[in-house]
Amino acid sequence: MSAKNPEYDFKWCPGCGDFGVRRALEFALIARCQKYELPMTTNVVVAGIGCSGNLVHLLEGEQPFGIHGIHGRTLPLAFGVKMARPELNVVVVAGDGDFLSIGAEHVGPQAQRNLNITCVVMDNGVYGLTKGQSSPTTDIGVKTSSTPYGKIEDSVKPLSLYLELGVSFIASHFSSKPKELASLIEQAMDHKGLAIVHVQSPCTTYNDTYELLKGHKAKGIEPMAVPVPDGYDPTDRKQVEELLEKTTIPIGVIYKNERPTMDVRFAAMVGKVKERNVESLLKSYAL
Amino acid sequence: MKSRDFVVRFAGEGGQGVVTSADALARAAAQVGYRVYTFATFPSQILGGPTWTQVRISNEPVLSQGDQLDILVAFNRYAYDHHVGELRKGGVVIYNSEDFILGENGDRRFGIAVDQIAKSVNNPRAANMVVIGAVAQLVEMPLRYLEDFVKKRFSRGRAEDAQVIESNILALAAGAATAMGSGFHLAELEPPKPPQYEQILLRGNEAVALGAMAAGLNFYVGYPISPATTILVWMENNLVGKGRFVHQVSSEIEAISAIVGAGYAGGKSMTATAGPGFSLMSEGLGLAWMAEIPCVVVDVQRGGPATGLPTKTEQSDLQTVLHPAHGDVKLPVIAPGSVEECFYAAAHALNWAERYQGPVVLLSEMALAERSQNIRKPDLAKVSAERRSIYVGMNGYQRYDANELSPMPLPGGPGAYVANGSEHDGWGDTTHLPERHIRGTERRFSKLGLLDDGTFETEDADLPVVMMPWGGSKGPAREAYEQLRARGVKIGWVYTMYLHPMPSKLHKLLREKELVIIPELNFQGQWSSILRSDGIRAESIRQYSGLPFRADELAEKLMARIRQGQERKVHA
Repeated sequence: MSAKNPEYDFKWCPGCGDFGVRRALEFALIARCQKYELPMTTNVVVAGIGCSGNLVHLLEGEQPFGIHGIHGRTLPLAFGVKMARPELNVVVVAGDGDFLSIGAEHVGPQAQRNLNITCVVMDNGVYGLTKGQSSPTTDIGVKTSSTPYGKIEDSVKPLSLYLELGVSFIASHFSSKPKELASLIEQAMDHKGLAIVHVQSPCTTYNDTYELLKGHKAKGIEPMAVPVPDGYDPTDRKQVEELLEKTTIPIGVIYKNERPTMDVRFAAMVGKVKERNVESLLKSYAL
Repeated sequence: MKSRDFVVRFAGEGGQGVVTSADALARAAAQVGYRVYTFATFPSQILGGPTWTQVRISNEPVLSQGDQLDILVAFNRYAYDHHVGELRKGGVVIYNSEDFILGENGDRRFGIAVDQIAKSVNNPRAANMVVIGAVAQLVEMPLRYLEDFVKKRFSRGRAEDAQVIESNILALAAGAATAMGSGFHLAELEPPKPPQYEQILLRGNEAVALGAMAAGLNFYVGYPISPATTILVWMENNLVGKGRFVHQVSSEIEAISAIVGAGYAGGKSMTATAGPGFSLMSEGLGLAWMAEIPCVVVDVQRGGPATGLPTKTEQSDLQTVLHPAHGDVKLPVIAPGSVEECFYAAAHALNWAERYQGPVVLLSEMALAERSQNIRKPDLAKVSAERRSIYVGMNGYQRYDANELSPMPLPGGPGAYVANGSEHDGWGDTTHLPERHIRGTERRFSKLGLLDDGTFETEDADLPVVMMPWGGSKGPAREAYEQLRARGVKIGWVYTMYLHPMPSKLHKLLREKELVIIPELNFQGQWSSILRSDGIRAESIRQYSGLPFRADELAEKLMARIRQGQERKVHA
């Protein structure tokens, strides 16, 4: 809403990966609305706290609904929206700190429910908004403002974590290619179940990883971000586990598994239950 | 001699039939038109542990669990030792002689071999009937009342019904015969005076659940926690239906976030918890206040802090529920004082949430949640189900721009905005401008003015000294009040379940009083301290034992406080 709103004064740093993610999400939402002939207002973007969460205010063009809640609670907020109104398209946008540190406890339960929403996680490997502290995806040994002598914890491997927790659609990409990323987000929104698109979204101020991700021939740096191999089958768990053993960051759809979603499971249960109303319940307490 | 009411306590080990005996006696008495009131307390463990349930039966409306015991039924030695001190002079102890022996019968006590008698009538499961048969005999309650109850309960359309009914009736008679043989009897209970209206018998938590459903609740999530779990279980059984969602979630943080999400999306949402869970909900409640999202949280208080006393009662969460979150927040709080009020309070809480577009707390407590009472069947025609004002205009709406309440857009409809937990402008976009924070803060507090429809009770409220209990202490406080009035003490009565915002007329009245005495179950005197900060001369009578007030003890404390005031005046 920033274009028409002079009061809103938040800015991402020049070159921030989140610009590309925002563009990709705009593409994906527009494509979805066109494909299903739905108004933009049938989309709800639930944003976390951090640089990435501001995406919900920076979306341009026709506006979806949004929630900019509290730190770490995007998933349970989205769960409430989705189960109250299963027909809405709900998209979570959050950073690695929000989603994988304070909010990590919520990934498992939604994966077990196979809640039918899409999460776009912007991973910059650092807490940017609070000015450069270590995050769950910061590598061991790295010096940040809160790890002045080097980080002594192991880093989280997000894609392996999602797989282990039972997330039914996992994709991975890089913020520099918004069109490709948009296509992954669209696939994620079409997937029936909990879909996570994990995006490498570099922080140009505290953790500029562009060169590492893209590689640099002259400097002899091999790219970290590598597309999944030809013929890769994301529905084959064995192939997925082998892929995630590699030290590079795979790009593409990593894992896909079809099983009933939470709203479908709940509706099936309701179908079997005899519905009660207040009057009959009051009668059941008669003496 | 005749008596209007009697109090019996069943005490023993969990699993010995303490609760089933009490429930059976209460239901049997209620069915013939007596007023009943039960109070249960049990340990925080699955099986066993010292447990007791008290039943009060009267032919007049009852307001508390009763003070001293007319009859103690002790299922084991521990129970006898710990409860016999509360037996009134002239009361009688019935003890389980299969578990322990108290020497010669006499001293107003007698033993019954309950299991042996149950076996002798070929129904080992009828031990509780032996016990209540004996209890009924002691107060000369006609056995046919209990027999009618047995016939009703065990007519289940099964082949063995006749045998089960017969053996239970034999068990009742055998229990009664033992009591008669003991030679003891208490004052004869006067016959019931059945009310002219239709009644139901239920617990406080059930009344909360029903009231919420009557006001249109369609989204419930919760996490198990004593003493609120029964609401979750009730909802999982009964709220399930088309257009309604109910689910057990993974934590209280998930619960509050989910009801905020649901409220935002248009649902009438609620969760129930107790102190520890409520603490975890703090930040989420702040979000609901800031982003102006309707939802209801039920806090069934127990002893605190931390894990505290999970299965005992206390009224110590009041300050926490009023100010659960950091920052400038003061939540609406409704605290029912009886099982009947639980029903209407829950409905009202949902209506308040819709009306002012924000979170509302329903403050209950263990003693009220687990209390079972026969009440007038709620009249659904009296319950309104308010709907929030919904935005229906064009896109480009500034949802937060007005100085007061404004229609709320719903996803899928027009008026997309960002429900923002950061300070925000009209669109819901984050802003740091001082004028926006000033306006936003004033807007959020001004909406409380829409909730000045609470009712209150007064009696002789023109007297300079009044008492004003809150929540579940209402019943015992009312009994204490009546005892004082019978003794000619000049004291007025004031009560409301609408603690915040308090009805403005009541607030005005309280400010004129010389002294407002607040009986409450916490150490700090939380309600009186809130009232004092509001310019009301309030003082607390405090109790923090994990148990509810006893009317007689409370009456004495009130007397002492009033005398102290009179002496002060003389000395002045």
